[in-house]
Amino acid sequence: MVQFNLPKNSKIVTGKTWPKPEGATNVRKFQIYRWSPDDEKNPSVDTYFIDMDKCGPMVLDALIKIKNEIDPTLTFRRSCREGICGSCAMNIDGINTLACIYGLDEIKGDVRIFPLPHMPVVKDLIPDLTHFYAQHASIMPWLETKTNRPEKEWRQSIEDRKKLDGLYECVMCASCSTSCPSYWWNGDEYLGPAALLHAYRWIIDSRDEATGERLDYLEDSFKLYRCHTIMNCAKTCPKGLNPAAAIAHIKKMMLERTH
Amino acid sequence: MADVNRGNRPLSPFMIGPYYRPQMTSISSIMVRITGIASLGSVFLAICWFLAAASSETAFNFFNGLYGSWIGNIVMLAAAWAIWYHMLGRVRHVIWDFGYCLDVETSEKMGWGMFIGATVLTVLTALVFLIF
Repeated sequence: MVQFNLPKNSKIVTGKTWPKPEGATNVRKFQIYRWSPDDEKNPSVDTYFIDMDKCGPMVLDALIKIKNEIDPTLTFRRSCREGICGSCAMNIDGINTLACIYGLDEIKGDVRIFPLPHMPVVKDLIPDLTHFYAQHASIMPWLETKTNRPEKEWRQSIEDRKKLDGLYECVMCASCSTSCPSYWWNGDEYLGPAALLHAYRWIIDSRDEATGERLDYLEDSFKLYRCHTIMNCAKTCPKGLNPAAAIAHIKKMMLERTH
Repeated sequence: MADVNRGNRPLSPFMIGPYYRPQMTSISSIMVRITGIASLGSVFLAICWFLAAASSETAFNFFNGLYGSWIGNIVMLAAAWAIWYHMLGRVRHVIWDFGYCLDVETSEKMGWGMFIGATVLTVLTALVFLIF
């Protein structure tokens, strides 16, 4: 359902303002979403100040600096710090991206950091991705074959392999799905850009032998057709992929197979 | 699985504007929906005009006068813009559905084209009506 406001328990209140670093000349203000399951309080936005002369260049560097030096209770996911694990996806300066590969110099003014939009919050910047992962699993993200297993590998021509470029690079960070207004409002049934990009990745894989079944599963007014090509997904993808185009190609295949 | 307090988890903020930056593609898409719904209002006005014409001279003169007044003209101009914009938005959807112009940059350009195109077409429409 179309929704324009946050429910009562999710309304954001002003949080704590942490002290400024002493003797620093190059100070930057960070506003970060906080919520803890350990008390009954509403979410809040805390204000931190960082000495930029003693901070790394990326948003993740600043978050780690805050956790190490100012407030150890600040909670976020991170692992590889080079944009390949997809853990540190969050809403930074009004778009979804990976904190580890988004430069602080790309942001004008104060740095505002929130969890991925329209998701249940586990704590602070950590959204609950259970449903998102379940949707990914539902599209059968594996090679499905019917013919006998070849002696060695399933072979693929160079041209057919090229069709997977721009699809296989997805790191499942959920930036695209949680940037999509359709996913915000119909995410319970609409699969969202990430799961659909993966669906297309297997549909056009020349080695896969379940194209019909895959298309049958997606032939649904919600699962696939809640995509209205709003394109927030393609615009925000930290890996530069285009889920909107992948979805459009699935829709085209749906139409083509009826003829 | 440590599943603490699941029932009371807040929903993270999402609203376009304060929390999610408006994009050319998202705004031009949402405007297609808004102009589509608004055009239903235009249809309602047109039906009122036809019904009035079919019932009596007094009723027709009333609605005709209302639509011909300056406020009526503004509404008609806005309705014309909405119809043109919606039509251009639909054309963009047809282009996408054929699998073309699906990259972000071209889609953004088409979004600008819809806003500018609808405005130009509305001015042309108004000129046509001013001439006749």
